[in-house]
Amino acid sequence: MSSISRSLRGFLLLELLSGFALTLKYMFRPKVTLNYPYEKGPLSTRFRGEHALRRYANGEERCIACKLCEAICPAQAITIEAEPRDDGSRRTTRYDLDMNKCIYCGLCQEACPVDAIVEGPNFEYATERRAELIYNKQKLLDNGERWETEIAMRLEKEAPYR
Amino acid sequence: MPKLTIDGLEVDVPAGTSVLQAAEQLGIEIPRFCYHDRLPVAANCRMCLVEIEKMPKPVASCAMPAGEGMVVKTQSPAALQARKDVMELLLINHPLDCPICDQGGECDLQDQAVAYGKDRGRYTEEKRAVVEKDMGPLIKTAMTRCIHCTRCVRFLTEIAGVPELGMVNRGEHAEITTYVGKALTSELSGNLVDLCPVGALTSAPYAYTARPWELKKTESIDVLDAVGCAIRIDARGNQVMRVLPRLNEDVNEEWLGDKSRHAIDGLAKRRLDTPFVRRNGRLEEASWNEAFAVIQDKLGGLPGSAVAAIAGDLADAESMFALKLLMDSLGSPHRDCRQDGAALDPAVSASYRFNTTIAGIEQADALLIVGSNPRIEAPVLNARIRKRFLKGGFAVAHIGVAADLTYPAQHLGDGVDTFQAVVDGAHPFFEVLKAAERPMIVLGMGALCRDDGARILGAARYLADKVGLVKDGWNGFNVLQTAAARVAGLDLGFVPGQGGLDTRGILAAARAGDIGAVWLLGADQIETNSLDQAFVVYQGHHGDVGAQVADVVLPGAAYTEKSGTYLNTEGRAQRAARAVFPPGEAREDWKILRAVSEVLGKPLPFDSLEALRALMAEGCASFAGIDKVVPGVWGDFGENGALNPALGPLGSAVSNYYMTDPISRASPTMARCTLEIGGNAKARTGTDG
Repeated sequence: MSSISRSLRGFLLLELLSGFALTLKYMFRPKVTLNYPYEKGPLSTRFRGEHALRRYANGEERCIACKLCEAICPAQAITIEAEPRDDGSRRTTRYDLDMNKCIYCGLCQEACPVDAIVEGPNFEYATERRAELIYNKQKLLDNGERWETEIAMRLEKEAPYR
Repeated sequence: MPKLTIDGLEVDVPAGTSVLQAAEQLGIEIPRFCYHDRLPVAANCRMCLVEIEKMPKPVASCAMPAGEGMVVKTQSPAALQARKDVMELLLINHPLDCPICDQGGECDLQDQAVAYGKDRGRYTEEKRAVVEKDMGPLIKTAMTRCIHCTRCVRFLTEIAGVPELGMVNRGEHAEITTYVGKALTSELSGNLVDLCPVGALTSAPYAYTARPWELKKTESIDVLDAVGCAIRIDARGNQVMRVLPRLNEDVNEEWLGDKSRHAIDGLAKRRLDTPFVRRNGRLEEASWNEAFAVIQDKLGGLPGSAVAAIAGDLADAESMFALKLLMDSLGSPHRDCRQDGAALDPAVSASYRFNTTIAGIEQADALLIVGSNPRIEAPVLNARIRKRFLKGGFAVAHIGVAADLTYPAQHLGDGVDTFQAVVDGAHPFFEVLKAAERPMIVLGMGALCRDDGARILGAARYLADKVGLVKDGWNGFNVLQTAAARVAGLDLGFVPGQGGLDTRGILAAARAGDIGAVWLLGADQIETNSLDQAFVVYQGHHGDVGAQVADVVLPGAAYTEKSGTYLNTEGRAQRAARAVFPPGEAREDWKILRAVSEVLGKPLPFDSLEALRALMAEGCASFAGIDKVVPGVWGDFGENGALNPALGPLGSAVSNYYMTDPISRASPTMARCTLEIGGNAKARTGTDG
């Protein structure tokens, strides 16, 4: 019996038809792929992307050179040098972040007492050369200015859980 | 000997011991802020509260003398609760600015808040703020952080003897302040930063530059004065960030002078980091081989008697030993480690040492200081004299230019005639010295560097016999050196050999053209214009005056960059360690000399530092043991003859405490101190700014 029906199905190309039917069915279903880079998936507010150094609303940089991020960084990607600024306040003269070394664990932003260093939502910063991935203070501050609206929104949403 | 029980453990302690000290003997740590071993007890922080049975309230253990049969509980719920309450009280007004505070990471309050603090405060009212005080160029203040332990006030009043800080007002309004709003004039002010348990007083030159956890710590020896304080060099990368004192009861206890602590920024300035050769009257950068070729060319043709060497004040024993061997192999007897021309007798080792030892000062009962100002020549040693003075029964007299020594020293006069009167027994202080059981005399470089220095030394030797300075188990004859290299140089015999010339002789012969080549091992405090005609090799680490007259400059290593042995003024052999590497092409000094000897075809008999040290210890017992004092041999020294009052009053060899050597002269911090504190020399008048 089974041998007859198997040969009958083979003769009538039923497997082929059921395969086409499945294909046809998915043709009318909504697509699961995205047309990147024109379309993007949703990101969690906890997504840890490219770093940024933030400023206060009055333009003053937040970082106070406490070096806690440098101390906690497991990949030792952060290098900070500091000295008193002309007005006597404690500021960094150098804030280097080697994005080649960074493992995106987020400990730096957790350690930061003033929410200065944060990992923002940006993940599109691939470069052609490694040297471009060694970020200095200016690059990080520029990132902060570019992403401030989104970073502030994310921090606000996360605030109840911190 | 009261016997008490602490946390169930019995302990016998001498009468007068506090409960806190008794607990420490048992290894029980009681938290404290205001209590410090070497300061008087204030008992005002209340952090050391413990519960004692039969006492109605918790007791401050630092101020409570141990009593017979006391039962102390340091970990009972009541004691812990009391400490928590004190901590909460202290934190009411303490700002939460640990991230920007330089004390962060090494803060007593931070550490103890972890143990006794609550995770949140209940205080919602306004915190108080206190205006900053100007304490000079070395101390940065953040007085809002102050918890009023008064350690700084007690240190300056008791140890430093410069009562310039005090606490004014009461309660909420209490604050530590300088009485007249001026820079602290103590040479020991840097210690306030170490003593401050919070971040109220922090080091100004070090401000914000590094965190304690990123520093590499190296235990070493200070060489900027002749006391040889134990220090810890904190370096980050290849830069020395700060210097802190280390505990050495025999030398510096736990204090350190401001120059030794803060002159280190001079290590990064004016450095010689590559060899230089003079071409067409200008020093030009050269390679080691080029520099060696010039030396070979110039020295190779000279007879030994036309070559001389002078060692400076910061030279380590190893390099002086290597240079001595090199001069020997060249056949030159002209060498000297006394660049200031001090009349020190190298034949009798007790004649140039601080024989009483620094710790021995505490046993003395009379002291005569001649031609020295220990406050600026050796502030840590001066603090020891003051410590002895505070115990009472100590007669101190001073001959020389009148100065505030931080303890009331009887000023006998400022000239050699007064000293002669004491020596002759005509002055009443002679009787004081004679009657004393353990008398001391301290002879400074201000006396020995004069033209009649040898006679002053002879007169002091005569006085030593007459008043019995040297007796069984006691040697009260002391010379206070100002140069870290001096005792080692004299012990090693870096002094004129058979028929050799001393510093003055070398300079005169160089002027006359009899000496054709002079090797300066970091020697800067000489009349360099005498060397115009001679071929000068300067081996050192700073481009100071010595390098300016040099024909060849060989870049050496500073004391933080090499392992070197130094004898302090007591003759204590101590070893400095390398904390960072020398900059650029600079090399360790003994290696340079070894390489030069090879070039000159007379290789020195060692290839490693160990071999050099073994050879050095063979010839000189002082280097046999590290951190040991080999007592000097007593004998006859000095010259007889009348002293010369026409040479003026007996001053100090150091006119400006903050600038005495190439390192401190290159230091911007020391320059600021010189300007603002005035080198401790100028009194301000009402018309000053």
